[in-house]
Amino acid sequence: MLSKRNPQLNKHGELIHLLSIEGLPRAVIEQILDTAGSFLSVNDREVKKVPLLRGKSVFNLFFENSTRTRTTFEIAAKRLSADVINLDIARSSTAKGETLLDTVANLSAMHADMFVVRHSESGAPHLIAQHCAPHVHVVNAGDGRHAHPTQGLLDMYTIRHFKKDFRNLTVAIVGDIVHSRVARSDIHALNVLGVPEIRAVGPKTLVPGDLRDMGVRVCHDMAEGVKGADVVIMLRLQNERMNGGMLPSSGEFFKHFGLTPEKLALAKPDAIVMHPGPINRGVEIASEVADGKSSVILPQVTFGIAVRMAVMAILAGNEA
Amino acid sequence: MSELLLDAEALYLELKKGVQKLMTPDTALVGIWSGGAWLAERLAADLGLASGTISSALHRDDFGSRGLVKADHTTLPFDVNGRDILLIDDVLYTGRTTRAVINELFDFGRPARVQLAVLVDRGGRELPIEPAFSAARVTLGPDQKLRLAQGEDRRLKFEVK
Repeated sequence: MLSKRNPQLNKHGELIHLLSIEGLPRAVIEQILDTAGSFLSVNDREVKKVPLLRGKSVFNLFFENSTRTRTTFEIAAKRLSADVINLDIARSSTAKGETLLDTVANLSAMHADMFVVRHSESGAPHLIAQHCAPHVHVVNAGDGRHAHPTQGLLDMYTIRHFKKDFRNLTVAIVGDIVHSRVARSDIHALNVLGVPEIRAVGPKTLVPGDLRDMGVRVCHDMAEGVKGADVVIMLRLQNERMNGGMLPSSGEFFKHFGLTPEKLALAKPDAIVMHPGPINRGVEIASEVADGKSSVILPQVTFGIAVRMAVMAILAGNEA
Repeated sequence: MSELLLDAEALYLELKKGVQKLMTPDTALVGIWSGGAWLAERLAADLGLASGTISSALHRDDFGSRGLVKADHTTLPFDVNGRDILLIDDVLYTGRTTRAVINELFDFGRPARVQLAVLVDRGGRELPIEPAFSAARVTLGPDQKLRLAQGEDRRLKFEVK
């Protein structure tokens, strides 16, 4: 039974679906981060596999392409000993006219235990969670502009790993905030974990003033946005934004909001630079910064697998 | 059960004697989280042995019903391959935790030998597992829980619920 209050939690307050960071209690977020810590060391073992999901089938349902996210979920599920089935839905059933719920009903009949869902429509994973069999768990791997909770959680894991404590931090998120599900998930998580200053940095077209309602400080000037920051999260500038007339050109964006060594020098000396990837060198981030000593972009990828293992292991152990 | 039987500090001295008889030049102690880990750490310091901590969390057979249990992760700061491993636990009961940590141990390599020494054997085994040494044997009802606790002064004591 899905609880009316929060469809992600069962009546004991345990996580049964991961749809969004919004509405997750701090204790659940911390449980995921703590569990990810124990899975990180599995990579150092002679046997890089644990049997928690042995005999379970995880279906990767990617209605929108994302090779990287799908691969990290696949690796995470396989390290937990699950059977992983990748479905390139965009090119199969949907193209033949099957509805989302019919696709899910068919896959449930194939005895799926978990769906990892990426969809261009906000709310699609939520809809699936409401209609799938009670034993099936749903993980949102990115839906429209809404949420990308595992990216948000791996960002929190990365910040905690390098900064230890959230309570004194200034975190700047730079770029296309308004269209970014990553930014949305990060902002929710940073608020729950008690970060006192969250800045949304970018041009007015991509960082509108009403973002203040989410508890962030809006900065339309990069120097103001980065100054004194402990963490700088750069977002990928999506090409379609330029085509849509929201930005004059990528060169213009880089000039004002691209992270160069000079702009990074305004942040704290021990600031870390994060990016959800894939990075566009020379568009939102200079190569010297992406490859520099402040960059933790590759550790983010490693942590991402441990965080996705943690999410899947926690879900599989909880009953609806 | 008498007071004497529950004196964890006295039993620790017995356990230390037992471990001394079992140890070889290749012995490494592996304490089962959490009570066994305290014991192994203390034994390692007292006897000059290598030691690590092991958690059953990733190999438990009740994952399907209990979900993921919160536990510290396994830390084995030595090469497991070819090592003479002596598992240390506070209380041995069904043997299911021992089975899980043996699986966990083999994820790190192939030890030459694995033995088990415990503070208290309370019987009730559900698997063919026997300790090489136990400092005490007690009989408890299936609804009773016995666990080791560590005070702020690091002194050990048993809690019965």
